[in-house]
Amino acid sequence: MPLDVRVATSMAEAAGILTADQRTKLLSGGTLMMRDVNEGRLLDGTLLRITDPAYRQMNTSGARIELGAGVTMAMVSNNRDLAFLHAAARSIGGPAIRQMATIGGNLFAQTPYGDFAVALLALDAQVMVQSGYGSARSMPLDEFLGARERGVSGLVAGVQFSKPQNAADFRFRKVSRVKPKGIAVMSIAAHLPNTGGRISQARVAYGAMAPTAVRARGVERALEGKALDAASIQAAKAAALEGTRPATDAIASEWYRREVLPVHLGRLLTGEGR
Amino acid sequence: MAKVPVQFRLNGSDRAAFIDAADNLLMTLRRGLNEFAPKYGCGQGTCGVCTVLIDGEPQLSCLTLAVACEGRHVETASGMAEGPNLHPLQVAFMDNFAAQCGFCTPGMLMAARALLDRNPKPSREEVIEAIAGNICRCTGYEPIINAILAAAGAGDQKRA
Ligand SMILES: Cc1cc2nc3c(=O)[nH]c(=O)nc-3n(C[C@H](O)[C@H](O)[C@H](O)COP(=O)(O)OP(=O)(O)OC[C@H]3O[C@@H](n4cnc5c(N)ncnc54)[C@H](O)[C@@H]3O)c2cc1C
Ligand code: FES
Ligand code: FES
Repeated sequence: MPLDVRVATSMAEAAGILTADQRTKLLSGGTLMMRDVNEGRLLDGTLLRITDPAYRQMNTSGARIELGAGVTMAMVSNNRDLAFLHAAARSIGGPAIRQMATIGGNLFAQTPYGDFAVALLALDAQVMVQSGYGSARSMPLDEFLGARERGVSGLVAGVQFSKPQNAADFRFRKVSRVKPKGIAVMSIAAHLPNTGGRISQARVAYGAMAPTAVRARGVERALEGKALDAASIQAAKAAALEGTRPATDAIASEWYRREVLPVHLGRLLTGEGR
Repeated sequence: MAKVPVQFRLNGSDRAAFIDAADNLLMTLRRGLNEFAPKYGCGQGTCGVCTVLIDGEPQLSCLTLAVACEGRHVETASGMAEGPNLHPLQVAFMDNFAAQCGFCTPGMLMAARALLDRNPKPSREEVIEAIAGNICRCTGYEPIINAILAAAGAGDQKRA
């Protein structure tokens, strides 16, 4: 039985189908899934498309931002309210990939892909997951990424996060060997809200430094309550490797990733160029 | 399995084909509609030679489900010329020796057109960014970048 394609006109219908039938896979932007189809890794079952406009909806004008899982990297890059996320969205593929690649798919992309998920992790994003026909429940992104490794089922409907009060408090850097487009040696995102010159509620996340995007909790602790200065940056670099488990792949070795992480973290924190 | 119908506009003409449900747009164009400008390079989204415009936006036809193009407008390099008159980008590619073996050219032209349609006076960096998803093994990219910048300049002269 060759591959079939089915269309869901509502999010609830899509979630119901995905939960009921393990052989049905959601096709979001298709940039990862169609590779499997083309290479014969996915030969039977059903591809599910969603035509519900809610899947691609963006609510970006308020303090709480909501993005449908079907929102593409190009839609993020073209939205002025999301300027702080432009660097992360533009770091993904070339222009044609960005027209297609969605946020939902990025949450499932295997390392070293998943750069947008790194940015969302540093924003403390909540993932809206809909299983069966019920309403969506929200879970923190780091919990979702852990559950993903164990194989979650259902539909990711979208993500929600608070807009950084000051765009300069949010930083993103992707390190790659090929410019302007290349797969990540690593990516790093940091949200460093500042009250009275001191960092509070620091969130730092890495991509390609573990099987999923991970929080850099050692770095967060080193920065918490401190001014962003030479001493705190030095302490953050010393704690940079805590919780990391990088892999060796075609882009970089595990050793190399560990060696250069503190350097790139330091540059991100000082706001230096490459 | 039964074939499914798909209908879309291709370079301004309504076209239809019967395809397997999960066929990609590239196969549908090449096998079903005899439209051979987009090439099969990698089938993985990495080379860009299958780039087409869908409703004016650049997309990779090898990674696009053909049935998802129902009712939309697909444009390829074959539709760029108007009768005997080549598109300014095609002329600039010839003048600047931007095609050697020519394999990447249909994808490069579509990536370049997507850029110039949105941004008629791009900077060199913007040109490089626009073709970042397209691989060329022959030219070293410089002639292609120069051709796109020249086409942007030519558009300017035409308006003047
Ligand atoms: C040439 C090329 C370059 C790339 N470069 C980068 C890069 O630099 N950085 C990067 O991060 N990625 C990159 N990618 C990978 C990919 O394009 C992105 O990660 C993209 O965001 C994946 O989204 P998608 O919508 O295309 O996923 P799809 O292929 O549609 O889906 C991927 C997986 O996620 C599941 N899924 C998707 N959405 C949902 C949902 N809402 N609910 C439940 N399950 C879902 C699908 O079932 C599937 O298993 C690249 C890919 C290519 C081909
Ligand atoms: S054939 Fe589509 S990107 Fe290579
Ligand atoms: S001209 Fe030969 S690949 Fe570009």
